[in-house]
Amino acid sequence: MLEEYRKIAGSNAIDEIQLIADRLKGKTVLHVNSTAVGGGVAEILNRMIPMMTELGLKPKWELIKGGDDFYAVTKKFHNALHGHEQDLTPKDYQVYKDTLKMNMEGMSLDYDMLFIHDPQPAALIEKRNSSKNKWIWRCHIDISHPAEEVWDFLKQYVLKHDAMIISAPNFSQKIPIPQMLVPPSIDPLSDKNKELSDEEVKKIMARLQIPTDKPLITQVSRFDRLKDPVGVLEAFKKIQHYVTARLLLVGGPADDDPEGAAVLAEVRQMADGNPDIIILCLPPTSNIEINAIQRASSVILQKSLKEGFGLTVSEALWKGKPVIAGAVGGIPLQITHKYSGILVRSIDGTAYWMKRLVHEPEYARRLGENGREHVRENFLLTRHLRDYLLICLYLESGKETFIRL
Amino acid sequence: MKLKASEPFKFRTRLTLVQATGRKAGNIMELLEGIRESDDSIIYHHTHRFLKQFHFLVPEPANDFAYWVNNILQEEKLGEELASVEIVRFNSLEAIKRAFVEILERHLKQVSEPMRAVSSGKEFHFLRSIRFSIPTSHQARDYAEFIECLRNVSVSTLYLHVFEARLRPPYGVDDFSNWFLKQFNDAEIQKAISRLDPYSYTLEGLRRRIIRILEQRIQEMKNA
Repeated sequence: MLEEYRKIAGSNAIDEIQLIADRLKGKTVLHVNSTAVGGGVAEILNRMIPMMTELGLKPKWELIKGGDDFYAVTKKFHNALHGHEQDLTPKDYQVYKDTLKMNMEGMSLDYDMLFIHDPQPAALIEKRNSSKNKWIWRCHIDISHPAEEVWDFLKQYVLKHDAMIISAPNFSQKIPIPQMLVPPSIDPLSDKNKELSDEEVKKIMARLQIPTDKPLITQVSRFDRLKDPVGVLEAFKKIQHYVTARLLLVGGPADDDPEGAAVLAEVRQMADGNPDIIILCLPPTSNIEINAIQRASSVILQKSLKEGFGLTVSEALWKGKPVIAGAVGGIPLQITHKYSGILVRSIDGTAYWMKRLVHEPEYARRLGENGREHVRENFLLTRHLRDYLLICLYLESGKETFIRL
Repeated sequence: MKLKASEPFKFRTRLTLVQATGRKAGNIMELLEGIRESDDSIIYHHTHRFLKQFHFLVPEPANDFAYWVNNILQEEKLGEELASVEIVRFNSLEAIKRAFVEILERHLKQVSEPMRAVSSGKEFHFLRSIRFSIPTSHQARDYAEFIECLRNVSVSTLYLHVFEARLRPPYGVDDFSNWFLKQFNDAEIQKAISRLDPYSYTLEGLRRRIIRILEQRIQEMKNA
């Protein structure tokens, strides 16, 4: 599997991973999270576990088991860590503790390295019986402004780990354990990101009945106010007089999401009678279609008003496209303004840059190229794996800041 | 001149892991205080790692401090001054730190208007690089082997030996020059490599340039 990534991530990136892994050969590694399918964590682990095995480590992946009441509580934890105050009762905390206690009884935790993903399995640390094992709490959530009560509760477990991993600098906390920064990553071999031939792209665009006779400016995002599709439409309307282009808004069907349905209706009404605005609802499994749409576009937007990490930006940059994106969440880590994309804070700014990038394809191409290289270096799955391995070495070395092997 | 080196050049690679310190700055005073209290691993992160992270860009952004002051705080004049600190001309991280501290102190003495501050979420975050120096399988004993290795090593290797090497003894000298001088008494190589400026090349461009320097040197020696 590693060899498949060699061509994409670069030979040296794979060689480096192998050099590090040589120092960790035979080490047992446990990953614990709460779901085997769906969601970014499961997607990454599904690929990473076989890669670790190929590298000579002995990884295992365990799932936390719990009832509906447990997941209701951890959902509240999740929302609270995102900064939304939740109504948690003493019984809720007890459900969490009891479920974790039950899991501890059925799970062997005798591994050299343990990666504990997100709040669900955090209390497993209570079963730690040796300081030789290295425990790492991997937080995939934006905890920049956590609700205090829940964070205080979880912190008692987090602080017993040897290190915590966060995805962006602004998620860091004032705590006494090392906080390693490991951004999420995209899998360049997945349907959403793999290379497609021009022929394949054309076929998919024809099947979706999206005309490609004019440059496409595209935003792929849920119809959600925080993704600001209304702002995107307004910005496009401002430049229509000067620019020959189409705007394409692609989102999910929003059938079971009343707010999403309201946003979609508003967007449809705004676009009514404007032949150069296309609104498309695709089912959530449309990975290859999204891939083709992004590749057929001239400019890609992600005009979010609030984001977690906003990994969709890296997905677009990976296709070598110039991206205009809101300067929120983890997006500024992925785009350096005017070097590897464009960061915007307003509708006017978005309109200005849309116009410029359509009119200056050479500059737009350079942004896209730089963006792709930035993703190659920093946001591919292989870098994610390398960072995990380096963390193992760092903890084994006694947390030195300079390690010569 | 001897044909084979008694000690081979062993290429290593530099990998880094980023650690958040939890400290942040929202204005120039806080930036200055943060830099003053930063250790080498923090200064390294915001200067050297930054340079390597964007190695494919020409012109490259100068350093993290300048980027934040210029683009986020929008203090363009100060940003320009901070960008002018030529990271690779310094022989220690402490000296680089002093250069930034002096510029910021001078700025704070000169300005009379109220200090600009950024809104929540746009602060400067002080980060630390945990550095790993890892041996690779590439080794060279003569000029030709050296060129062959140079074609195949990673840009991290290149960066480590050409620029970061100047921060450790013998200070101010890159590893390549040092080896050619010690093993072949070749001072010409040192002269050529020490003139290379990372702000004018991508690291890939730099790789090509060093290979060209060595190829020319082989030709000169053949002609001599």
